[in-house]
Amino acid sequence: MVRVPRATPHQVMAAAGQARPADPDSPYRLLAGWVDTGRPADLAAHQRRHGPLPVPAYPGRAGPHRLIGVVDRSGLRGRGGAGFPTGRKLTAVAAGRRRPIVLANGCEGEPASRKDHVLLSVAPHLVLDGAILAAYAVGAEEAVVCLHAQDPLADTLRAAIAARSGDPVPLRVAEVPDRYVASEASALVNFLNTGDPRPTAKPPRPFERGVRGRPTLVDNVETLAHLAMVARYGPEWFRRLGGPDSPGTTLVTVTGAVRLPGVYEVPLGTSIGQVLELAGGAAEELQAVLVGGYGGSWLPLPSGGGIRLTHADLQAAGASLGVAALVVLPARGCGLAETARVLRYLAGESAAQCGPCMFGLPAIAADLTAVVEGAAGRRGGAVLDRLGGRLEVIRGRGACAHPDGAVRLASSALRVFGTDVRRHLSGRPCPWAAGGPRLPVPGDAAPGAR
Amino acid sequence: MSRPAAGRRGGDARLGVNPITCRAHGLCAELLPELIGLDEWGYPILAASPVPPQLLEMARDAVAACPTLALRLSGAR
Repeated sequence: MVRVPRATPHQVMAAAGQARPADPDSPYRLLAGWVDTGRPADLAAHQRRHGPLPVPAYPGRAGPHRLIGVVDRSGLRGRGGAGFPTGRKLTAVAAGRRRPIVLANGCEGEPASRKDHVLLSVAPHLVLDGAILAAYAVGAEEAVVCLHAQDPLADTLRAAIAARSGDPVPLRVAEVPDRYVASEASALVNFLNTGDPRPTAKPPRPFERGVRGRPTLVDNVETLAHLAMVARYGPEWFRRLGGPDSPGTTLVTVTGAVRLPGVYEVPLGTSIGQVLELAGGAAEELQAVLVGGYGGSWLPLPSGGGIRLTHADLQAAGASLGVAALVVLPARGCGLAETARVLRYLAGESAAQCGPCMFGLPAIAADLTAVVEGAAGRRGGAVLDRLGGRLEVIRGRGACAHPDGAVRLASSALRVFGTDVRRHLSGRPCPWAAGGPRLPVPGDAAPGAR
Repeated sequence: MSRPAAGRRGGDARLGVNPITCRAHGLCAELLPELIGLDEWGYPILAASPVPPQLLEMARDAVAACPTLALRLSGAR
């Protein structure tokens, strides 16, 4: 075992917030160790690369506040889907009167995403450092890593936690049921409080009243890994890659019709086309890309290839970054049939608590299915009108954003596959509608499902 | 605390519904059709705008009539 001296030069620099990574301009930050060694980083390898936990760099009573300031100035935004500024969330949690709790969300309920799994597999200590540093910043009494039950990563993380010593805050693993909405922030809190893994109504939001009634910081594990880097190398370093509204790098999961599907780390601001090239390029002629996961938006290809992965650019294109998952649909695939399948899955994943979600999503899924099957003549037009109306009224009316994501996906499909809608409704469905699924959903025995 | 006047005018009073406790009884839409409609499944669709002062009393009645206490009025004094 490599012993880490008490005050390495590295640590002294960290104390000034000026530690430097081996290659400050490398696009590999979270995955640097993996790219260099091809091996998951144990604690010794992690500390050789990044030095010890930089808590000593933020000493004294003002230290935690200073750390929040550093995260705030970095411009780091959440990597779990919503893209909320991490510094602001830390500030809100720290402002509560009671001692907070930190939840590191590694559940990754999104079927199109694999990036949290990869990160936790290859750099668990970066995530744990982030959880500890976030806990230190908000004055939390405990940090809990939330993973899906039966996920082998739970053992990986428990072993990683057992290998650590001297952390200022206790760490533990909690196993959460493997359901799409169970990893929503309020659902995590509800599960830890009562054993019920379903979202709760807001207010109160978890930052106000969460686990055991305490202000609760719920951050995605990738967000916390970036935070661990920001705390060491500073906000200016973080902003060297990415754009003003979306600084830093991001992990992207690329699946579908590319030659090398997988998880990649890219600077935010990289174009969709560049990411697809990184993933080996098109495996066949392409038609569209689903951005942000199954609650995301379709964009047409090749025209959408020039759109850059930033919050602002994607918003301008009618999409959102979400969990930075790209699913690539080939020309020989039916975007409507794929969307209808995913909608049926999302409808089944509703927690069945809120009327607009529990009745609205199956209705939307049924309408889309009717369009795919070519509801003929005037009835087809009526189905389309009804679907349009339903897509208008559901948004924003659930306790969580699950119905909003489903509506976003369905609306974008009608926009991007408008020609196909007319073809299907005129009784000329595309030849690919009956083909095998391109977008796997859990429970599929489809080839190519991960 | 220092804005009772605004509350009396109803300027910042807004309706909200807890979507989990709402059971689509529909009384609210009966009592306050000016601000509350129902979707095809019977769940309320609330006006996004503030409750105008002349409807404040009826909004309070609708809140009080909700059998599951899902409807609420915030910002009114």
